[in-house]
Amino acid sequence: MVVLSDNPQFFLRRSPAESLPPPKVRSGTIGWLRANLFSSPFNVVLTLICVLLIAWIVPPLLRFFLIDATWTGADRNACLASPGNPAPGACWAFIRVWFSYLTYGFYPLGERWRVDLFFLALAFGLVWLLWLSAPRRGLGAIYFFVVLPILSFILLRGVPSIGVARISTDLWGGILVTVVLATIGIVVSLPVGIFLALGRRSKAPVVKLLSVIFIEFVRGVPLITVLFMASIMLPLFVPEALAPDKFVRAWIGIAMFASAYMAEVVRGGLTAIPRGQYEAASALGLPYWRMMAHVILPQALRVTLPNIVNTFIALFKDTSLVFVVGIFDFLRTVEAARGDPNWASPIVSITGYVFAAMFYFVCCYGMSRYAQRVEVRLARRSGRKGR
Amino acid sequence: MTAGPDDKPVSRPDTAVEIVGLNKWYGEFHVLRDIDLKVTRGERIVICGPSGGGKSTLLRCINRLEDWQTGRVIVDGIELTDNPKQIVAVRRDVGMVFQQFNLFPHLTVLENCTLAPVWVRRMAKADAEALAMKFLERVRIPEQARKYPATLSGGQQQRVAIARALCMNPNIMLFDEPTSALDPEMVKEVLDTMVELASDGITMLVVSHEMGFARQVADRIIFMADGQIVEINGPEGFFSAPQHERTKLFLQQILR
Repeated sequence: MVVLSDNPQFFLRRSPAESLPPPKVRSGTIGWLRANLFSSPFNVVLTLICVLLIAWIVPPLLRFFLIDATWTGADRNACLASPGNPAPGACWAFIRVWFSYLTYGFYPLGERWRVDLFFLALAFGLVWLLWLSAPRRGLGAIYFFVVLPILSFILLRGVPSIGVARISTDLWGGILVTVVLATIGIVVSLPVGIFLALGRRSKAPVVKLLSVIFIEFVRGVPLITVLFMASIMLPLFVPEALAPDKFVRAWIGIAMFASAYMAEVVRGGLTAIPRGQYEAASALGLPYWRMMAHVILPQALRVTLPNIVNTFIALFKDTSLVFVVGIFDFLRTVEAARGDPNWASPIVSITGYVFAAMFYFVCCYGMSRYAQRVEVRLARRSGRKGR
Repeated sequence: MTAGPDDKPVSRPDTAVEIVGLNKWYGEFHVLRDIDLKVTRGERIVICGPSGGGKSTLLRCINRLEDWQTGRVIVDGIELTDNPKQIVAVRRDVGMVFQQFNLFPHLTVLENCTLAPVWVRRMAKADAEALAMKFLERVRIPEQARKYPATLSGGQQQRVAIARALCMNPNIMLFDEPTSALDPEMVKEVLDTMVELASDGITMLVVSHEMGFARQVADRIIFMADGQIVEINGPEGFFSAPQHERTKLFLQQILR
């Protein structure tokens, strides 16, 4: 060890300073508890309050939704208070009985295998596309964006000329409608949003003006207004025979709405890219679209990934608004089912809404978690640390 | 300005860059004033001068990263106009290295180098990679090919940027203060790379304050101040017998 005088005029190191391991931190359960839960008197109080809150809230919830819950039954009576069950819990029997309605709506019983097949095909496509180390992901993208839409159209709507009976979209309902609307909305809104964002930053005045008008107009009105416009106003201008299906009009409305928001999200990402990136790409002779596709957008979309997913999640939940134009999405079918005279009761309503909440939560939380994983992975790839 | 009629080619085949009566304004501010310059093929030119004198702006006009109001710029016999085709044609032929490197952070070093050959020159991916490796070896960092730019030092990043520009086989290379953003100990590795490049006979225009480099490689040194070319001189004359008062003052300040 080198001993230095207080303020040396001259110093010369004669032996190199060794590389030592970092000092030990307290580890193990006790160490973690001390560091995170009981590090100061204030934190001790906070911890105790939280424990009390959990003890107060969680057991009654467990009792209501699991221990006291009714799992089987044919109508309301199974879930009502009775001498044998003075404080009945959630009425899962209701969900069991109505489950297929909540999934398919009024889709004809004999044709529901088509919907199941669609769900399978969609799940397969999602896994292929989203599983980051899946084999042949390029092929997966072709499957998802080209094969799947055609397959879904044939399966769900039907093409009588090849022997698949046509099912009117009036009969669609439940999870089927929510999933179809959300998936199409998401798949359409991202590319359209990108084009709108590029359009808004374009030097061509007409392109710019049209993009701005579209974005500001759609963003400036509530989604319900867009849906009403699409469903009620459109047929006034276009003859009934030419107007697209009610269902198609609703998803165009949703997709337009999400695209406008997506455009602003993407624009935010584009402004975050330093000018030097544009200049370096231009100086290499890359034409506009190549520059966008290979240099600017990959970076811009990465920056905005959390906001993009945010928009997806909002869109997923916004699909529940289509009930205002008479489409039976998942939430609307829950609403209809709980009103059934055989079942109607406060507990059944609570159960129905909780079930709906669980469905939306699982889907949205799944999207959010997936996005986090992608973010970490992208950050690691470019040599920066995650998070 | 003394340009001929627009339909008559002003450039000769041995002229790499010809600038005639170039004027540029940023709003009311007159950044480039009556610039006339002819660069012969294979010539190495260093542009220096006080900051804000229009050096970088002039350089950036040569591949039309900057627009101008009056005057003509002819690069490799192609006159730069608003026509995007001509702009792209010139940019394919002119490599540029920036002060801030401007590597693409989401691509590996190798991908940075192959991007333009693949998408602009339509080269097969394997050929482009072979070409990129050749130039990465020349700037002496082939072992970094699979890494992302953020993991490299400043000097290494700038050498990658040089390799990336060389991959387009440019006839002309523009360097915009290539060593100004580097830590002192990394300046030399970049300058060495540039000296080596200069000995290959490629046309070079370098905006730089590295006077040692200028003395060593420049055929002519251009001194710019207040948007004008104040003095053009060979390196010997420039350093030992500067003519203009402004040049003398500048040299006194930087050489001390």
